[in-house]
Amino acid sequence: MSRFLPISIFIALAILLFVGLSKDPKQIPSPLIGKPVPEFQLSLLDDPQRKEDHTIFNQHITLVNVWATWCASCRAEHKQLLQLAKQGVRIIGLDYKDERSSALAWLNNLGNPYVMTLFDPDGRASIDWGVYGTPETFIVDQSGIIRYKHIGPISKQDVEQVILPLIRELQI
Amino acid sequence: MIIELGQFSLILALCLSIIQMIVPLVGAQKGNSRLMSVAKPVVWGQFFFVSLAFAILTLAFINDDFSVRYVAQHGNTQMPLLYKVSAVWGAHEGSLLLWVLLLTTWGAALTLFTKSIPIEMMSRVIAVMGMISIGFLAFMIFTSNPFERLYPLVMEGQGLNALLQDPGLALHPPMLYMGYVGFSVAFSFAIAALIGGNLDSAWARVSRPWTITAWIFLTVGITLGSWWAYYELGWGGWWFWDPVENASLMPWLLGTALIHSLAVTDKRAALKRWTVLLAILTFSASLLGTFIVRSGVLTSVHAFATDPERGAFILAFLLIVIGGSLILYAWRAPSISLGGRFNFVSRESFILSNNVLILVIAAFVLLGTLYPLIYDAMGWGKISVGFPWFNQMLLWFSPLLLILLGIGPVVHWRHAKLKYVWQQIKIPLVLTIILTSGLASIFSLGFNNSLLGLFLAVWVLTSHFSIWLTPLVKGKTVNSLVNRSLAYYGMLVAHIGVGILVIGITFVSSHEIEKDLRMAPGDSYQMASYRFTFEGVNDVIGENYVAQQGLVKVFNDIDVLIAELRPEKREYSTQTMPMTEAAIDVGIWRDLYVSLGDEITGDAWSLRLYYKPFVRWIWAGGLLIALGGFLAGIDRRYRFVQQRRKDIS
Amino acid sequence: MSRSLLLLVGLFLTLSAIAGTEQFEFETSEQEARFINLSTELRCLVCQNQSLADSNAGLAQDLRQEVYKLLKKGQTNEQIVDFLVSRYGDFVLYDPPLKLATFVLWFGPLVILISIGVVVFGMIKKQSTKTVTELSEQQRDKLEQILSQHADSGKK
Repeated sequence: MSRFLPISIFIALAILLFVGLSKDPKQIPSPLIGKPVPEFQLSLLDDPQRKEDHTIFNQHITLVNVWATWCASCRAEHKQLLQLAKQGVRIIGLDYKDERSSALAWLNNLGNPYVMTLFDPDGRASIDWGVYGTPETFIVDQSGIIRYKHIGPISKQDVEQVILPLIRELQI
Repeated sequence: MIIELGQFSLILALCLSIIQMIVPLVGAQKGNSRLMSVAKPVVWGQFFFVSLAFAILTLAFINDDFSVRYVAQHGNTQMPLLYKVSAVWGAHEGSLLLWVLLLTTWGAALTLFTKSIPIEMMSRVIAVMGMISIGFLAFMIFTSNPFERLYPLVMEGQGLNALLQDPGLALHPPMLYMGYVGFSVAFSFAIAALIGGNLDSAWARVSRPWTITAWIFLTVGITLGSWWAYYELGWGGWWFWDPVENASLMPWLLGTALIHSLAVTDKRAALKRWTVLLAILTFSASLLGTFIVRSGVLTSVHAFATDPERGAFILAFLLIVIGGSLILYAWRAPSISLGGRFNFVSRESFILSNNVLILVIAAFVLLGTLYPLIYDAMGWGKISVGFPWFNQMLLWFSPLLLILLGIGPVVHWRHAKLKYVWQQIKIPLVLTIILTSGLASIFSLGFNNSLLGLFLAVWVLTSHFSIWLTPLVKGKTVNSLVNRSLAYYGMLVAHIGVGILVIGITFVSSHEIEKDLRMAPGDSYQMASYRFTFEGVNDVIGENYVAQQGLVKVFNDIDVLIAELRPEKREYSTQTMPMTEAAIDVGIWRDLYVSLGDEITGDAWSLRLYYKPFVRWIWAGGLLIALGGFLAGIDRRYRFVQQRRKDIS
Repeated sequence: MSRSLLLLVGLFLTLSAIAGTEQFEFETSEQEARFINLSTELRCLVCQNQSLADSNAGLAQDLRQEVYKLLKKGQTNEQIVDFLVSRYGDFVLYDPPLKLATFVLWFGPLVILISIGVVVFGMIKKQSTKTVTELSEQQRDKLEQILSQHADSGKK
């Protein structure tokens, strides 16, 4: 009966490859899901004297959006972020490896969806978040646990189908 | 207008290939010789139209016709002529055209050289080749048309990636494709044999030279790719276990098992099922490789296109061709008669063990390559399977193969006596132990993997030299060393090539030295027994680039200048990022390799220096393996010619 | 399937590679060897087809800096690897960890070898010839001669 072995193995292989076609090998999931937010001490973009740490997440559901002025996709998703902010979603920005002046100008020109923006010019703190490319967006719950990570720019679909539903779920 | 003619040619070729698949096949089933005679003209017609399309595309590149999208993406007025031509196959669409061109070439060649095959079998073989043609032509015409126009027009093309503008790389794809496509011949013969039910060993005899030829091309293609990567990429690496490299290794491994299995089936009518299955699997591996490179399912630096839509098309094609052939195999396998019997200790069983081990190696290469996909599909996240894993597996599974390699050639066919075998290998074994210990102490190898590698390589070499020299030892004349068949010398040369390859791999892995340094003009660094002195950087201008060229002088241990190395950092007009061109002092026993990094403050630059012992032995081994195949391949033809001469005189 | 390197635009950044302009100072050659080993066996997440050692990407430079810092602080290889894995997952390792989910990966080949081996063993046994009678010394020599000739010349 070993004559049926090759075709059986091939069919299993074909199924695997078919499934593979719908996956993106470049997207890397985060091991931080379900874990508390990493420790950090970062100054604010618009107030270098003021430093914040993980306590800013307590008792709020927050979106953390990692962005930079040199990142084209960040510009593309900016509208969605402004929309979300208008809908009452609390978004904290994490400015990654950027220049303070350009970042401030950007927010001035394009609008500021963030309740506050943390400034990480050397990218060191972002490493603790597992950031590997902008834009990335995290959803953090009221107890400071990371619940979701979105890699790449946020589309309208992402907002409607994933982000808003998850926020609603967490509010319960 | 001519461009559209090219497109039309492809469509005509597709129509012909449909005829090619159906008519001769029906003719063979019904025994209708008129239908079967359609095969040859249709094959040649296809060859004509595909060649025409290829010529038109090539002309479009040479004439800088940027109204064609593919030419605009990869052509450029400043490119040297050689690269304008190699740009034809430098990317997805054009490489498919090359694939089909070679397929029709092999098909046309088949009709010329196989007068001795019964016409039914020949018709079926051509029909199967036609089916494969349909797949690739349809894929091209419907999803990847090289003749698509571009509006609005552009004045200048984007040019070929500077890395690809290299003679080695111009040759590498055609060589590989000759291999991949060539295995379709063995595949077609196997399918034809299964369909027609004539599973005697005649089909094996006929397909041997074709299969060996394809295998030689693939061997050379892979060797070329490794060598190219070494001198072009600037890191001194020669194999990365990248998914696409693995995709070329699998057909090569299976092809190696196939040519050995074909020999057994030809000579002894044994292992028939294995040979048929291997013929199917080898070509299937070629097709799987096509899928991996073009579907985006795996990340690879080599990947042509990452287009899941195209991937779906290829997958459907795979299902039809591979799935269909394996179903045919499962159905017809029982009717494959048992061939020549053989014992546990026999040449047949040694070759069979060789096949099994090669199959296991090919299997783990496939497993490691696809495992990240399996892991993701199971929902466990993303994982990487890289060179440490592959090297470890190879280290575990190749030793047995290499040991058997040294024993097999002295084992008689059908039933051999273990005592006799032991007699033959006693002396080479002792010699191996002595030589290995000697060399190990000279090169100060510890008790580690490199010792194992050395032992295995020396074993393969001593056993084969012993086999060759045995007649001399037994008192025969020197003539007895050169009067054997070409196939015999082919075996010796190819296997010795394996030994040389293993030496290269072992020493370069265990003894190479790499240094990342900051050097200012006048600085020196001592590495192995060489002194590298950095003399600063100058500007140079090339055909389509400007470069900063460093000068590194190399002195040996008695302070004689042995090399002036000029590594470069090139800026091509068509690219934004600079490219490194390493400078290499080539040697039989070692390469000295220098790569220029970035400018640091002041006059200083970062440089990478490498000492690479025995690295050339890797490619020398590969070429010897190919040469051995060549000798074995022309054996029958050569003897035919010799016999003719004898008859005439 | 061609081995032509056609790079996505992002990967352009990597191919001129020499790992950055940073030159790290090491106290011992052992430390340096550890650094080289670690950075070659870690994968760059941006230019995913290069190791941390070879990639020129910004993140790769930052992570090399991190590895260097942790090495100097006296952390073991396991600790450094753990630092990266806890932030980026197993993807960052070229050497896949041995755990339940990778069981098939690490032991699969051996299982394949054993199973095929057993099957083939059975196949050979079933069809092997058991009809070799004892021959005299002379006959054996003659047989050996004929067999080796047959083996060399092959079929015409």
